[in-house]
Amino acid sequence: MTSRKAGLGRGLEALIPIHGETTSSRPPGQTSANGSSMFRLINPDGTVRDRLPVTLEEMKSLYADMVEARVYDDKSMAMQRQGRLATYAPFRGQEAAQIGAAAALRPGDWVSGTYRDAALNWKAGYPWKLLILGRTGDERGGQVPEGVNVMPPSITVGGHMIHAVGLAWAERLKGTDRIALTSFGDGATSEGDFHEAMNFAAVYETPTVFLCQNNGWAISYPVEEQTRSETIADKALAYGMPGVRVDGNDVIAVLVAVREAAERAREGEGPSLVEAVTYRLGPHTTADDPGRYRKDDEVAAWEELDPLVRVRRLLERSGAWTESWQQSLETEASNRIEEAVAWAESVPEPEPDDMFKRMFAEPTPNLVEQEREATGRG
Amino acid sequence: MAELNIAQAINSALDTALSSDDRVLILGEDVGRAGGVFRVTDGLRNRYGAERVVDTPVAESGIIGAAFGLAVAGMRPVAEIQFLGFSYPAYDQIVNHVARIRNRTNHRHTSPMVIRMPYGGGIGAAEHHSESTEAVYVHIPGLKVVVPSTPKDARGLLLAAIEDPDPVIFLEPIRLYRAVKEHVPDIYYTVDIGPLRVEREGSDITLVSWGAMMRETRQAAGILAEAGVSVEVLDLRTLSPLDRDGIVASVEKTGRAVIVHEAPLTAGLGAEIAATIQERALYSLKTPVRRVTGWDTVFPLKRSEHHYLPSVDRIVAAAESALED
Ligand SMILES: Cc1ncc(C[n+]2csc(CCOP(=O)(O)OP(=O)(O)O)c2C)c(N)n1
Ligand SMILES: [Mg+2]
Repeated sequence: MTSRKAGLGRGLEALIPIHGETTSSRPPGQTSANGSSMFRLINPDGTVRDRLPVTLEEMKSLYADMVEARVYDDKSMAMQRQGRLATYAPFRGQEAAQIGAAAALRPGDWVSGTYRDAALNWKAGYPWKLLILGRTGDERGGQVPEGVNVMPPSITVGGHMIHAVGLAWAERLKGTDRIALTSFGDGATSEGDFHEAMNFAAVYETPTVFLCQNNGWAISYPVEEQTRSETIADKALAYGMPGVRVDGNDVIAVLVAVREAAERAREGEGPSLVEAVTYRLGPHTTADDPGRYRKDDEVAAWEELDPLVRVRRLLERSGAWTESWQQSLETEASNRIEEAVAWAESVPEPEPDDMFKRMFAEPTPNLVEQEREATGRG
Repeated sequence: MAELNIAQAINSALDTALSSDDRVLILGEDVGRAGGVFRVTDGLRNRYGAERVVDTPVAESGIIGAAFGLAVAGMRPVAEIQFLGFSYPAYDQIVNHVARIRNRTNHRHTSPMVIRMPYGGGIGAAEHHSESTEAVYVHIPGLKVVVPSTPKDARGLLLAAIEDPDPVIFLEPIRLYRAVKEHVPDIYYTVDIGPLRVEREGSDITLVSWGAMMRETRQAAGILAEAGVSVEVLDLRTLSPLDRDGIVASVEKTGRAVIVHEAPLTAGLGAEIAATIQERALYSLKTPVRRVTGWDTVFPLKRSEHHYLPSVDRIVAAAESALED
């Protein structure tokens, strides 16, 4: 492990912030008017801005993970359209933010994310097959294996951020060096819960990492209208914790920033906020029609910044990417996802009494009575 | 007069209110540009501008707290909470501020505002999107709670709610949004908050329901009627204040009652209705009051939804058992 200087801010400022980018080169919908720095290591064209703190093999493996996540996302969209899944929230475009962040964690660290965080959750140990089962509309998909400390994806916006304070706090009380990462959207920072979570974490100096995937939109409401803060990262200042803005479509920038924040937390230096600037390329969910609120050319501009393409270009430059390797990555990922789908779809229909059985450790008398009625055994 | 479904009827009421009263404004998540996640506010921002159809940050407490301030200072806000299950971050505002200001200031300040919330299951939605916790709000002194099950009532009740001098929770049955169409007058009219609607007259048994469960209740009534039963069907429409007289009058006539709701059994509104019948019509009863309700469980996900929602069969069976006595 590389030696690390104290403080997320210092560590990152030592790297190359992007100052003075011309406005035109900034993608629409995610501008930063007075040029706040955004940490980036890999440029959209695949050139790098500094020595990358990963080996080529690690780079290839992160790329493979992003490809697998994309295959899952595409498959889920298709399955939803076929009526095989309930509503689905695609993460297309946010693979680097999620895979990069999860890659910075250690086994046993906690993750408390959202409905859009399937890639993050998978990389943190949540098996595809259970994620898929959950998306078919089955509570059994929430039963993650022992040892996987991933919370169920939060459907309510904002309520889960403070959980990463309590989870991290408990780990400190237990004397482990585990940390908790909470992932949330730009929209969630408007909820009062965001304030409470940030403040608690700072006050109790819990080993918590706040990861905001600023994807430009809270359904139809653009981030520029949600807040008058110049950046989401700026908000950290008011709580007395470091805040850093990274290019969320750069998997290595995210990895470095989250790793710094995680190490800082692990060493007892308290919480940090990482704002990963990214973009939701797909609809909010399969029930959404983004054509009602955003322009195609904005989406097209962000397609150019596809987080997978960037790494592919980098690997191509290093001679480490070939068409056939890409093919094999996709085929293997596809096989694994299909296997997970087949498993999820082979899980027998829930029994009518299942819902009564998971309410309490021991069903209460009214539940016992109602279960009899529901199953016709009354 | 136009053929409208419930979503369109609500849209038409909002349109009418915005055009006839300058104090009216709409605020909520995705109500403007997107026209609401159920398209209920579709087109209104184009017609009335972003100052009167206001997209807000994702902040339910903020929406209701701001609407409260607007109302106290003379506006007529119609706030939307995207789903009933997301109203809880605003619970403090609703319970401790919106519902109480008249009382706290002895009528000096009031909060004439409407809180619209889609509710109920049946569309295989994600967690928290299927809640039917109307009793939570009915239980709060100082709030009125209404829920239409037809397009005509939707328009009239919403206009009445906007006119009302006190705060009104306006619940919208998600699975009926586009399920029924009828001719809805485009003139300005209101449906009084309070009185229930006798949807079908009969003399053997009373079925009591509201909102989304009216569909299953109507179907059950149809099946019973075919079997020769004279069924009376009550659509409560207003849950608070409850039309106790209307319920009692019907049960005095039929002597039998089945209450149908989607919410869990325990401390659901059915309990209040059954208690009222017991207090005021006990000697007319030929048989105990039946309740057909959701279970005391978390509302399940898509694959188990049909095990939870009260079915037509359960309503018919409850009525048949009541008729046997
Ligand atoms: C408390 C709450 N309010 C409203 C919603 C409806 N809703 C779901 S996602 C969303 C927007 C969230 O935007 P953001 O936090 O940026 O996350 P993104 O969807 O962009 O990943 C809203 C309003 C909800 N799920 N929970
Ligand atoms: Mg967002």
